[in-house]
Amino acid sequence: MSPTVVNDFTVTVATVNGSGSASSNTILAKTVFRMGVPVTPKNLFPSNIAGLPTWFLIRVSEKGYQARTGTHEVVIALNAETVAKDAASVRKGGVLIVDEKIAGGITRDDIAVHKVPFAELVKPFAPDPRLRKLLANMIYVGVATDLLGLDRETVMKVVADQFAGREKIVKLNQEVVKVGLEYSRDTFDAAKCPFKVESRDLTRDKLFIEGNAAAALGALMGGCTFVGWYPITPSSSVCEELIHLAKEHRVVGGDHRFAAVQAEDELASLGLVLGAGWAGARAMTATAGPGISLMAEFAGFGYYAEIPAVVMDIQRVGPSTGMPTRTQQCDVSSCLNLSHGDTGHIVLLPGGIDEIYEQSQQAFDLAERYQTPVFLLSDLDMGMNYWMAERFAYPERPFDRGKVLDAEQLAQVKAFARYKDVDGDGIPYRTLPGTHHALAPYFTRGSGHTETAAYTEDSDEYQKVVDRIKRKIDGSVRDTPAPIHEGDPDCDVGVLHYGSTRFAVEEARDMLAADGIATKAMRVRALPLHAEVVEFVQSCRVVYVVEQNRDGQMADIVRLKVPGSAGLIKKVLYYAGMPLSATTVVEQITADQREPSHV
Amino acid sequence: MSEADSNALGLAKKDYAGAKSTLCLGCGHDQITREIIEAAFHSGVDPFNVVKTSGIGCSSKTPAYFIAQGYGINSVHGRMPSVATGANCANRHLVTLGVSGDGDTASIGMGQFCHAVRRNTDMVYIVENNGVYGLTKGQFSATSEKGVRKKGGDVNEFAEIDLCAVAVELGCGFVARSFSGDAKQMVALIRAAIQHEGFALIDCISPCVTFNNLSDSPRGFDWLREHNLKLHEVGFVPEYEAQSVDQIPGKTLRVDMPDGSYISLSALDESIHDPTDIQAARRVLERDRLDKGHVYTGLIYYNPKSEPLHEVLHLGDKPLSLLDESELRPGRQAFDGILQAYT
Ligand SMILES: Cc1ncc(C[n+]2csc(CCOP(=O)(O)OP(=O)(O)O)c2C)c(N)n1
Ligand code: SF4
Ligand SMILES: [Mg+2]
Repeated sequence: MSPTVVNDFTVTVATVNGSGSASSNTILAKTVFRMGVPVTPKNLFPSNIAGLPTWFLIRVSEKGYQARTGTHEVVIALNAETVAKDAASVRKGGVLIVDEKIAGGITRDDIAVHKVPFAELVKPFAPDPRLRKLLANMIYVGVATDLLGLDRETVMKVVADQFAGREKIVKLNQEVVKVGLEYSRDTFDAAKCPFKVESRDLTRDKLFIEGNAAAALGALMGGCTFVGWYPITPSSSVCEELIHLAKEHRVVGGDHRFAAVQAEDELASLGLVLGAGWAGARAMTATAGPGISLMAEFAGFGYYAEIPAVVMDIQRVGPSTGMPTRTQQCDVSSCLNLSHGDTGHIVLLPGGIDEIYEQSQQAFDLAERYQTPVFLLSDLDMGMNYWMAERFAYPERPFDRGKVLDAEQLAQVKAFARYKDVDGDGIPYRTLPGTHHALAPYFTRGSGHTETAAYTEDSDEYQKVVDRIKRKIDGSVRDTPAPIHEGDPDCDVGVLHYGSTRFAVEEARDMLAADGIATKAMRVRALPLHAEVVEFVQSCRVVYVVEQNRDGQMADIVRLKVPGSAGLIKKVLYYAGMPLSATTVVEQITADQREPSHV
Repeated sequence: MSEADSNALGLAKKDYAGAKSTLCLGCGHDQITREIIEAAFHSGVDPFNVVKTSGIGCSSKTPAYFIAQGYGINSVHGRMPSVATGANCANRHLVTLGVSGDGDTASIGMGQFCHAVRRNTDMVYIVENNGVYGLTKGQFSATSEKGVRKKGGDVNEFAEIDLCAVAVELGCGFVARSFSGDAKQMVALIRAAIQHEGFALIDCISPCVTFNNLSDSPRGFDWLREHNLKLHEVGFVPEYEAQSVDQIPGKTLRVDMPDGSYISLSALDESIHDPTDIQAARRVLERDRLDKGHVYTGLIYYNPKSEPLHEVLHLGDKPLSLLDESELRPGRQAFDGILQAYT
């Protein structure tokens, strides 16, 4: 018998899309979480409503690692089409729980194979075959509970929470879980299962939440009052959740303190948001790559006419439709320079769910402070999966509404020129439509304009404005989240990363350190780049820029920013659409450390 | 200043003026600009509450030429409806005057136009319809009739899109067609459109003297002066005058607006078009389509019961733009309640 592995393995559930396994998988993951053990589920699903294979990974990690491992210790195989592959994927010494009906061809003797008659076990509970199929998923919850040593009471409580408010369904599901559990106890010997979950106290005060829900909550707390959007995976749930929260918390005496408009397309989404932002609402949209492409013209309008807007991009695999339900970090360069002409936007790069919550509040402050579209880049992996996160803090600071002059202030200052740099920071003052003061009205346009917002084709007048806008955006580093340093500053092997790549990189650096390769790291959290990034790169002999896209978009941005860095920046890339694993990072860095590539 | 020179707000007509126009001398769009100024002045619209929205084109430049004391936003080609809708949501009290062109609306902006109608954004939407793309130097637009000829001899190969017909079928509550040269009709229509709560379309034929003004062109001045068939004489009587006005003798129709204002329509021949009758509106549009010899102008369709977007969205009296932390942030207890679901 292999030695017991406690709180450090991955359970993989292989099913068919649309078979209703989502609840069961969430129940398993949440049970581990409630047992105080860090857990990270990942839904690897196809772009399809029903019928294609789908996998659900549940990584249990006492150390708190949250990246995908790429290994499968316990596999639950329910999909006839993929069972051979799934059985082969089980790590040596691992466990396979498989539907008896599809287990015929399995010949592995280096793993424990547990065959379960799913259909037969649920038969007494449901005459209807569709319901039977749904309930079958609860059987494996029971089996896994027995084999992995999950706390039975916790499982039952999580089932009750999952179907809260529907008593009959709760009871039925709990009963089926019990049947699975008892079948396993009677048939298998749980003591022989080497993978166990043991209760700890590591998740107290932590949240278990999807990135998109965190973004929605951030927007709510950040004072978002307008959302214009068009459905697209993986971003839709940001707006749906925000609307849900707003209906709950922003309706007073029948009046809605928010407006949500489902647009006809993403051009209209950003048009709506810019109109609302121009008129003084804190306005946002959320989308994915194809929507970003459609927003290009309006993004430039917002940039040049200096209108606040928040655009959340939940990135997915491109180009074109790409792989809509797979993850990447492929929109960094397109968002940074979205639109024709010289444009450069503020881009926020949250790395983790608590940062998504924080930055989706801050995005509204930045948009209004800098009077410009702000792009917040999340991705499918963070957005649509549940994650363990530090408990979100209640915001203490008031909103930053930026430099807005009302009628009273205008009466005092006695002068107003919409696009004039009064304070030397490149940020002009603005007024809101409806302000009752003779100085307030101005004309907003995407065509050439002077400091007083008048139409111009005068070379100097034009340049004065665009040069100021560049200074303004460059100056945003004053307020955007600074990069995070990790590791010994004297180390000269650097790892630069951002966004969801963080999870694999943190684990990879531990693995590298164990192999004798010491690194220091910098996690970038915003564009334009902060000066610290330049210093970091210059302090290294080699910098590995780790990211999830084909071309090394961030690496190129850093190269351009740091003079003479071309020779020391190396791209560590993964862009196959699965969440990045630490081993991928370790392999590439180790190979280069052994035999340095030339760049 | 005599009373006649000032309006209900005590403002003079010059208070509704804008920057000097840079359009071609004689352009129909400049007539509409004057008509907008006239209408806003007579209706006593507060300039500070005016939002002027447009897309791109000669027509879309005109918001700079009226009501300088209002707030203008000249957005991108064909996308003004979304910008106007967003602004309207941020502050429902703004009076939104949208100006577009036939290219800006019927081609690149067709989708946004349809959806603004469908959502019933509370705005006046004037299409300055000249049958061509003026600003890009005279290409045919989608509102040009099939077979018409423009300067240089080009003949239009495709059937026109009738924006009024589209709007009526999409449920628009205020649909009018007019001619920039008919100031009286335009001013009355604009005033009624401002009063209407919801999307109000005025498709105004507005000749492009530079690229589409041949004597036989149905978008040219000469032809229009001769072939403009008015459905009725339109008058607008605001609520504050409604009590004191005597009924005009003869065949007239009084169409009441929800706030107490009314639109008076007087017959020009034995029949009178009733704009509240959707079947009658459809018949007018059909006649207009078949009768190549005329253009029918007037208030084609009016539905006083249309529900504007801000009502559909249940927006309160205080604009979204002015709400602060105390009104927008859920309290600590509510916040904890939200987090509870994620533990
Ligand atoms: C995206 C985009 N495509 C093309 C243009 C070029 N363009 C400018 S105005 C215009 C047509 C305007 O026609 P219309 O709306 O009828 O206005 P008019 O000039 O006739 O008043 C075009 C095609 C543009 N500005 N933007
Ligand atoms: S080109 Fe035509 S539409 Fe444009 S300003 Fe001249 S006359 Fe008017
Ligand atoms: Mg035109």
